[in-house]
Amino acid sequence: MTVAIDRATGKRRGDRAPRGGRFRHSYQKYWYAYAMIAPVVVVLGVLVLYPLVYGLYLTLTDANSLNTARTIGVNHIDATYKFIGLDNYKDILFGPTSYDRFWSHFIWTIAWTALCVALHYTIGLGLALLLNQKLRGRTFYRLILVLPWAVPTFVTVFGWRFMLADGGIINTALDALHLPSPAWLEDTFWQRFAAIMVNTWCGVPFMMVSLLGGLQSIDGSLYEAAEMDGATAWQRFRYVTLPGLRSVSSTVVLLGIIWTFNQFAVIFLLFGNTAPDAQILVTWAYYLGFGQQPRDFAQSAAYGILLLAILIVFTSFYRRWLNRNDQQLAI
Amino acid sequence: MSTTTVETPATVEPPATVRTRRRGENSRAGSLVSHGILLGASVVALFPVAWLVFLSLGPDKDDYLHPGGIWSKMTVDNYAFVLQHTNFFDWLKSSLIVSLGTTVLGVFVAATTGYAVSRMRFPGYRKFMWVLLVTQMFPVAVLMVPMYQILADLQLIDSYLGLILVYCSTAVPYCAWLLKGYFDTIPFEIDEAGRVDGLSPFGTFARLILPLAKPGLAVAAFYSFITAFGEVAFATTFMLDDQKYTLAVGLQSFVSEHDAQRNLMAATAVLIAIPVSAFFYLVQKNLVTGLTAGGTKG
Repeated sequence: MTVAIDRATGKRRGDRAPRGGRFRHSYQKYWYAYAMIAPVVVVLGVLVLYPLVYGLYLTLTDANSLNTARTIGVNHIDATYKFIGLDNYKDILFGPTSYDRFWSHFIWTIAWTALCVALHYTIGLGLALLLNQKLRGRTFYRLILVLPWAVPTFVTVFGWRFMLADGGIINTALDALHLPSPAWLEDTFWQRFAAIMVNTWCGVPFMMVSLLGGLQSIDGSLYEAAEMDGATAWQRFRYVTLPGLRSVSSTVVLLGIIWTFNQFAVIFLLFGNTAPDAQILVTWAYYLGFGQQPRDFAQSAAYGILLLAILIVFTSFYRRWLNRNDQQLAI
Repeated sequence: MSTTTVETPATVEPPATVRTRRRGENSRAGSLVSHGILLGASVVALFPVAWLVFLSLGPDKDDYLHPGGIWSKMTVDNYAFVLQHTNFFDWLKSSLIVSLGTTVLGVFVAATTGYAVSRMRFPGYRKFMWVLLVTQMFPVAVLMVPMYQILADLQLIDSYLGLILVYCSTAVPYCAWLLKGYFDTIPFEIDEAGRVDGLSPFGTFARLILPLAKPGLAVAAFYSFITAFGEVAFATTFMLDDQKYTLAVGLQSFVSEHDAQRNLMAATAVLIAIPVSAFFYLVQKNLVTGLTAGGTKG
């Protein structure tokens, strides 16, 4: 995104600089700029960057809930954890049973992210295309279709739990159709299936609304020109619609990947601590740090740092790939 | 998207209607198929929510297993019970304080930030934008323990302000980006005019730009509100007093407390959904305009 802004404004910077000079001296302008971003910097600095550094330090120790500083009643117990270097990372990535503890979750997280974002995007785009036509009642459709976004996730996930439970409506319906009724909330494969299904349901409206906005900003005369040149519907879609959506798409896909990768609520609320094999890395890290006794703060934070590293590496590749194709990342 | 960079949102509409009118002349079969698919999708979108509402009307805790029986004994007893005999209103109050606090504070901070990065090029600008993006990626697990300790040091554990600040740190970066995109679509000449007429930069921002950016602000407000209202992990960890639980936490405690009483759970869930959805439909008119402006303008 930064790249896009720099490029987009790179064009403008030329005509902006002389304008700025006309007003005041530049240092005064900077003074205002800094004053305006100061609140964000303070909040992010205190509540994000400092915790991040502290969390990074924790990953290099063996901190857990038994040896950190705590107060029980009136007694204050000092922290006794010690510095152990990179042992946590070594243990997570290469230690015994590391496949079960990390790699299996890692593979599942990648599959989960890829499948969910692909489904979000395809379904969202399809619905946006349909809604972009002149149809009777399209406002009505739009209002209903954004409902999964309007109702908070923790509410809808409970609704889904009712539906997926043994003897719930979904299995009753499948039984009535003489189809097999899987144990959605117990069997690992079906747990994963259910998680992807629920998350797709929750995530489509965001894609749909963003892409609909993108579609509406495509210049209509481009379609006219294409039609005059005899382009078929598919060709219009391929050569006008898709390129027109490119900057919106690259942004929402990136956001979708980041959000899905870190999607906590759906899996946590759908399964709680009952489904160790269906946990993605984020919920697994939360389980290590807060869902078990003793709480393993150091390993939990180490998972967090690994997650962040994966995302940052991915994002820089994504940006580079976009730059190579001369696309822009917007927002 | 260089062609659309200078367009204001208002001018986006006409070409779309021209095009869709022409497309609308397509075959009747095509529009039937469109209606069919949209109807199907609407049912899928609506059903889980409608089902929850339906179940919440059944008086017995196991009614969700025999939904057919609910028709004959429909009652609003569950709602009466939840409203009268639980902490529902305390939770609602906490949720509203936290969400609205996050919305007001978050949008204000995000607007000043977005304006600063949209209009001024200052040293550190690129790094700052990168930081805003990276903040989106922070998993809860890495921040939870240290955040808890910082809030404890600041005496902000179990306080609304603490939670509001935490939520701002997640909502503001996205909103700032969104609003930056929106401010970019407002012609620079307006700023100049204001400055020539003797307004300070902050005056220009508050009196000229903010009123013009209302659709963008609505989207940012909506995003902050939803983020704060639906957040589970931080609220579970940071709020200790059950009078101060937010609804997201309250519903969970309710589940373990009345484990088998799913009818009450369903009723609570429906009551929770009402204020949010109402708020959503208030701002939804601006949703597409705002997101487009934020999404397509580089």
